[in-house]
Amino acid sequence: MAERTEVVFVDGARTPFGRAGEKGQYWSTRADDLVVKAMVGLLERHPELPPDRVEDVAIAATTQVGDQALTIGRSAAILAGLPKSVPGYAIDRMCSGAMTAVTNVAGNIAFGAIDVAIAGGVEHMGRHPLDGAFVDPNPRFVAEGLVSPDALNMGITAERLHDRFPQLTKERADAYAVASQRKTAEAYAAGKIQPDLIPVAIRSEAGWGLATQDEGMRPETTLEGVRDLRTPFRPHGRVTAATSSPLTDGATAAIIASADAARELGMPARMRLVSFAFAGVEPEVMGLGPVPSTEKALRKAGLTIQDIGLFELNEAFAVQVLSLLDHFGIADDDPRVNVWGGAIAVGHPLAASGVRLMMQLARQFEEHPEVRFGLTAMCVGLGQGGSVVWENPHYDGKRD
Amino acid sequence: MARTQRVSEQYAGIDFGPLVASSGDEVVTHSYVRDVPLPSGRTLALITLDNGKDHTRPNTLGPVTLTELGGVLDGLRERAGRGEIDAIAVTGKRYILAAGADLSKIELLADRESALRIAQLGHAVYARLTETGVPSFAFINGLALGGGLEIALNCDYRTIDASAAAVALPEVFLGIIPGWGGATLLPNLIGIEHAIEVVISNPLKQNRTLRPQQVKDLGIADAIFPPVNYLEDSLRWADGVLGGTIKVERPNQPGTIERTVKWPIAIRVARKTLEERIGTVPRSPYAALELLAGAAKRSRAEGFAAEDEALADLISGDQFRASIYAFNLVQKRGKRPVGAPDKELAQKVGKVGIIGAGLMAQQFALLFVRRLQVPIVITDLDQARIDKAVGYIHDQLDQLHAKGRLSSDDLNKLKGLVTGTTDRAAFADCDWVIEAVFEETAVKQQVFAEIEAYVRPDAILATNTSSLSVDEIGARLEHPERLVGFHFFNPVAVMPLVEVVDAPKTSEAALATAVAVAAKLKKTAVITKDGTGFVVNRLLTRLFSDAMEAVERGTPFETVVEAQQPFGFPMDPFVLLDLVGLKVGQHVLDTHAAAFPDRYRASAALAELADAGALVDKDEQGRVKGISKLAREIVARHRIPGSEPYTAAELRRKIEDGLADEAHRILEEGIVAAPEDIDLAVITGAGWPFQMGGVTPYLDRVGASERVFGDTFHHPVIKGVG
Repeated sequence: MAERTEVVFVDGARTPFGRAGEKGQYWSTRADDLVVKAMVGLLERHPELPPDRVEDVAIAATTQVGDQALTIGRSAAILAGLPKSVPGYAIDRMCSGAMTAVTNVAGNIAFGAIDVAIAGGVEHMGRHPLDGAFVDPNPRFVAEGLVSPDALNMGITAERLHDRFPQLTKERADAYAVASQRKTAEAYAAGKIQPDLIPVAIRSEAGWGLATQDEGMRPETTLEGVRDLRTPFRPHGRVTAATSSPLTDGATAAIIASADAARELGMPARMRLVSFAFAGVEPEVMGLGPVPSTEKALRKAGLTIQDIGLFELNEAFAVQVLSLLDHFGIADDDPRVNVWGGAIAVGHPLAASGVRLMMQLARQFEEHPEVRFGLTAMCVGLGQGGSVVWENPHYDGKRD
Repeated sequence: MARTQRVSEQYAGIDFGPLVASSGDEVVTHSYVRDVPLPSGRTLALITLDNGKDHTRPNTLGPVTLTELGGVLDGLRERAGRGEIDAIAVTGKRYILAAGADLSKIELLADRESALRIAQLGHAVYARLTETGVPSFAFINGLALGGGLEIALNCDYRTIDASAAAVALPEVFLGIIPGWGGATLLPNLIGIEHAIEVVISNPLKQNRTLRPQQVKDLGIADAIFPPVNYLEDSLRWADGVLGGTIKVERPNQPGTIERTVKWPIAIRVARKTLEERIGTVPRSPYAALELLAGAAKRSRAEGFAAEDEALADLISGDQFRASIYAFNLVQKRGKRPVGAPDKELAQKVGKVGIIGAGLMAQQFALLFVRRLQVPIVITDLDQARIDKAVGYIHDQLDQLHAKGRLSSDDLNKLKGLVTGTTDRAAFADCDWVIEAVFEETAVKQQVFAEIEAYVRPDAILATNTSSLSVDEIGARLEHPERLVGFHFFNPVAVMPLVEVVDAPKTSEAALATAVAVAAKLKKTAVITKDGTGFVVNRLLTRLFSDAMEAVERGTPFETVVEAQQPFGFPMDPFVLLDLVGLKVGQHVLDTHAAAFPDRYRASAALAELADAGALVDKDEQGRVKGISKLAREIVARHRIPGSEPYTAAELRRKIEDGLADEAHRILEEGIVAAPEDIDLAVITGAGWPFQMGGVTPYLDRVGASERVFGDTFHHPVIKGVG
């Protein structure tokens, strides 16, 4: 068998994330404009990449209607000013859309079909709430017992995780969420997050402004403050707004290339793709999805969980991250996990989030040459998980 | 141009209260401010101009708007003093910075002093853009006209969006001058020659505007950015300028040599060119030139004061009022023809037939195929003539392709749509048939009678007659109700007007279809009743008639030219006769003399001039140098026995009264509904100038209307308040 083409993560960038809804900074900004700005900002950082060397544009969106419709990868490529010869397509695997965009173009590169691609995602949850009227679940789901009605409400799936694992208490979830807010605030203060943010001009009734940072963060969050919050998904439940990722608008984009093309063009290779996997679980415990997908990705890579030095786990819900940590025997406050906080603080614009995990892991790799492998993983609606294992090119072999 | 004192202080004592109070129902363009964090950590206060309407109602700048902006700038000055902000910037709502001063109330200004206040208020506010104590930027994100562009000129730095729709200083086109800093600041920014082009030449070239790249290349904008991230890029650029990492270079900014040597020469050349091109009647181009000349030496404050006075003179004068009237006619009445039937009655035009293959027919075919994009079939008696016509049209399309104005696919498409045949059966499925045959009733009657045997009973027939009776042309038709007049003006591609003639038997469907076709051709339709010469030729021919009579009385040609000079026509009657062709001119004059023998006089001299093909001498470039010797000899032979020459003053009055009489009769006869239609027609069909308001405002203001029919066309008369 021929030697596999090496695939690298060249770079990633994103818009600052906005709070979804009328008061959010992107209420008057189109979703396609958001992802175009992320792409243009990313490409401007890489003048060494001639635009006509981009061979495909894969953009994910969960709700592909309105300004997220029209094969958004292709329309975004045109709007971003890429040559018309560059094709594009749209991807949907709900929350893991951008992750799937990356693994999909990576597969194409590994197969030798292309050398350089842009992969990313966008979700304007203010304009396209998850329970949009266009969704029409097949009645067989319920009639034949294929999918529990609980499975279609993500908050209820989080409650189901608490049901399944009684040791995952509300107290642990609260503590995890407060820590996430604190870590993000510290990362911001240290200027860790900002370098990969592309400012976006935003229109409002009161004139033009500029979005320069994530809007959903609540650095003032304390354990006392979140303890008695209401549980919107179930009376006397355990999941609160504080332990859930907020509804968010935002977009991400990454350059994925073959190692050879990156070398030829003089592009950095900030991470090397080792393996990836997606896997399914019962839809009503959707948050458990990353467990089997991570196991599979590790198996494919010939690694064990002990080999992973840094984790970027999407925090759809605190309990859902904890279920993975428990499964692998990792402490709630393990310093390798979500070093700069996560989606609970910065937000989770569904199909955009996967690339955010990757760009943060890439930055952390630079700071941690002692770490060889890192994991990005996330849960996906209708009971799925996605995991990607990356290798640190800065790894100096001094530990491990 | 040292900024030793605050320019706005020279306006400090002026009471703008009455001006603002008079603008109570203004559509206010608000000045919103948001602080924007720049990458370096600096803070820029970004002003967004937004009137809260969509892009079809651009931002405009009235007294309330200006006062609000002034207050915002005062607030920012205080904040800059406290060190809260490091820069200010102005941009507009989506696609639009501002379309210029709000002219909706301008006709209500009572006197010169009110006009002066408008000029002063603009200066008093705009001057503050550079007086906050921190650098100012303009982000020209879209349309920026007149006072809109002057906001940018008053700032320290400018960027432009590469997709901005249009940038211009169109004031001179409207009979005023860029008087909120434009005339003073622009030449000092981009040099005198470029400034003359922007301030004077472009407005006089059918109000030409600048494309964004030109704005950058001229040096009006310091940087240009693509639309996708225009504001983000502009903010980052501004941060670079503030931090000194970006050096702004202005290669076109005039130096000492340009100011002392080149400047006066450029002004002299421009003045000479203007005098040759448009004569000395229009005031605004010369007023603008004066200001540009003075801008070489004046301080900012002195320049603004000079602009105030010039603007006050012009706003309160006759020509500006007439220009605004004319502008509104073209913009509004020209888009919705008065007397048009319900649009729903218009029939679909999916194929066009053209009878005739001459030059006019070729021009029709080219225009129809480009605008309607439907099959065009040309017919004539002789296939060779038809082939030549089709060849000419294909050649013209090839040239458009070569200029990049037509893609290969579109070229193939349009060429394939144009065919020609002697077989009239090809007209069987035409929805619209227009003739362009010899200007004689019998000939036109015959071609229509012939074609009617082939076309569907509901196909619309259109005649391009310039002065014959449409009703008579249709006399031999089985279905005369389908015939409509559709009179173009030469050159067909350039002149906007089509006189759509509603003859007595013309059906509403035919009329509605003609109006719809005119709109699709992007022409201005004026609906007239049937009557010799309709509107434009009837007035022009009256002028020809009087001019020929004058020379046959022994009046020197030069005196005739002098007599009509104060009107400010685009060309004198003899140059115009030469342009339309002496034969055509004579034919049209004969037609009018036959229809109105009491007022129009057939000219034997013109007939002989036409036979000899002699009237004017031209230089190598084809420009008219003067009346030819032969023409003078021919005219001398036709001296009216016992007649006396006119003086210029006598003849001027005769021309004025003749036009007033004819315009009045056109209205009395109901040829058109209102004097506005006459004016719209002569502006778009004969190029009569805005400063005349077409013709009727001019006739009112010189007293001809009162002399001839004891009243005026307009109530109140359209004239200045100075």
